[in-house]
Amino acid sequence: MGEDRRRFLKLAGLTALCAAGKGSLARLAGAETTAAGGAAKQVRWAMVVDPRKCLEKEGCTACIDACNHAHNVPSFDNPKHEVKWIWKEPFADAFPDQDARYVDPALTAKPALVFCNHCDNPPCVRVCPTQATWKRGDGVVMMDWHRCIGCRYCMAACPYGSRSFNWEDPRPHIKDLNPDFPTRTKGVVEKCTFCDERLDKGQPPACVAACPEKAMIFGDLNDPDSEVRRLLRSRFALRRRASLGTQPEVFYLV
Amino acid sequence: MLEKALVGSRGYWRWLLVLGAVMVLGGIAYLRQFAFGLGVTGLSRDVTWGLYIAQFTFLVGVAASAVMVVLPYYLHDFKTFGKLTILGEFLAISAVTMCMLFIFVDMGQPTRVLNVMLYPTPHSLMFWDMVSLMGYLVLNTVISHVTLAAERNAVAPPRWIKPIIILSIPWAVSIHTVTAFLYSGLAARPFWMTAILAPRFLASAFSAGPALLILFCLVLRRITRFDAGREPIQRLAIIVTYAMLINVFFVLMELFTALYSNIPEDAEHFKFLYVGLAGNSTLVPWMWTSAALSVAALVLLVNPKTRHNETTLAAACVAVFVGLWIEKGLGLIIAGFEPSVLGKVTVYTPTLPEVLISLGIYAFGLALITLFFKIALSVRGQVAA
Repeated sequence: MGEDRRRFLKLAGLTALCAAGKGSLARLAGAETTAAGGAAKQVRWAMVVDPRKCLEKEGCTACIDACNHAHNVPSFDNPKHEVKWIWKEPFADAFPDQDARYVDPALTAKPALVFCNHCDNPPCVRVCPTQATWKRGDGVVMMDWHRCIGCRYCMAACPYGSRSFNWEDPRPHIKDLNPDFPTRTKGVVEKCTFCDERLDKGQPPACVAACPEKAMIFGDLNDPDSEVRRLLRSRFALRRRASLGTQPEVFYLV
Repeated sequence: MLEKALVGSRGYWRWLLVLGAVMVLGGIAYLRQFAFGLGVTGLSRDVTWGLYIAQFTFLVGVAASAVMVVLPYYLHDFKTFGKLTILGEFLAISAVTMCMLFIFVDMGQPTRVLNVMLYPTPHSLMFWDMVSLMGYLVLNTVISHVTLAAERNAVAPPRWIKPIIILSIPWAVSIHTVTAFLYSGLAARPFWMTAILAPRFLASAFSAGPALLILFCLVLRRITRFDAGREPIQRLAIIVTYAMLINVFFVLMELFTALYSNIPEDAEHFKFLYVGLAGNSTLVPWMWTSAALSVAALVLLVNPKTRHNETTLAAACVAVFVGLWIEKGLGLIIAGFEPSVLGKVTVYTPTLPEVLISLGIYAFGLALITLFFKIALSVRGQVAA
């Protein structure tokens, strides 16, 4: 199924781009995914969220605070200019296609933790006109703040609202500056990058490390013995708007 | 040939002065936006595109509409449009220029905009939109310059220009198709993800553009010695009528599919536009005005008596243009974000700087048209005494 889809996309792209010549075709194929080839050895990072554990501590924002500090995420009074990498969203808005009408309202009234899904088939990467956002071999959807032209096409394409734009200079609005992480300039898009800077050092993402309930589990999907695979084998999990074919790699245990 | 734009009557200079003043105001507002960021606009995390991108979309249609005079003249040897082709091409040039400016002012990092060329990305429709718009601008610039130069020298245009003119016809269709693809390929935005978006764009373009051309002809007849003649205007009116009928038909098809199927994520956007959603009804009066103008325009256009009368025809053209401007230049883009992917309805109201910048770009486009028409009419010796 996944393979068919990929082939179909490539074929469709091929037809549309026949005028563009060989060079651009190579680029298209390259942008589609790199996972097909070295799937066996390549790491594929993913996150499993256990909402029951997460909701145990009412009003806990440990992961959000850790992320905001680690990445110099600014905080604006004007909600229209909000920048957020990880936040809480009402269940019905995070999972619009899950009709939870008769579920105990105590469960559905509680928010879900949302952030970038690091889709296997990311629409933001497909639309970006400068490759300022791209998918790494390990599946992390990255963002180059120095190349981004601020066209916000990725924000229109993301079905999860995971991306934020710097409507003004964020620097004066950073509460507690972390000198080890870059700040951004006005006019660029930013989002969660699974803490690529920590992954490089062999550490889990900051939110995972900060969670007192261990409600976020991070690991390698390509390793059948990893904890994420073990959890997904034994428990049913939801993915946000899976019907769109984006293949989100953030799973929510039921 | 450009020197012809440098001599003119007092009215000509006064008009350019007014446009220049609006451009200066827009320029000042842009400096403010450049310094502070796009936060000076009414845009937000949920409504990330607004007035600028909507104007861009609308004007791509105006640019594409030149094909409605070029195609009959060059492919069907329809001589009636002979005097109009150059006006259509000039309209296309200035509309494409405005499109590019609207894209430019929408960029968060305008100084990096050339990254689109530095890192060409064929899987992004924005890359193809840039290619098609640039190409269309070059085509129309070359065509209008070569044909007008030939006319000035009283010789036939060189033979090599003919294939380029023929090429500009599918190219015009392509610019609006690719622009529709920018939106209709996004799974995240059900309001735009409809196969009829590109056909709908073309239908609205082929009514709004020729309607504007009719209005230009009527104005030029009053203030210059250029008279397009009754016949070409009537022929254009028929094009406007059919295209407008098709456009309204397409819109009704969209409404039926979304509302009868009643899939919430499809229907909600239309509800936002026509009845309001979650207490937000900012666009409702606009959309009903647009609907009323479209109906009024069709009544005036379909009825032969009012279509043949140039006064009522002018009113119909204004109604077509304004009605479609609301539909495409306001409703189409904003409603794509209302509700947002997370189900929120965020109020979007363009701010003063945003409006001034937009007006500045329109003034720039009008000034370009003025200069171009002045040159064309001077070459033909048809400038007002």
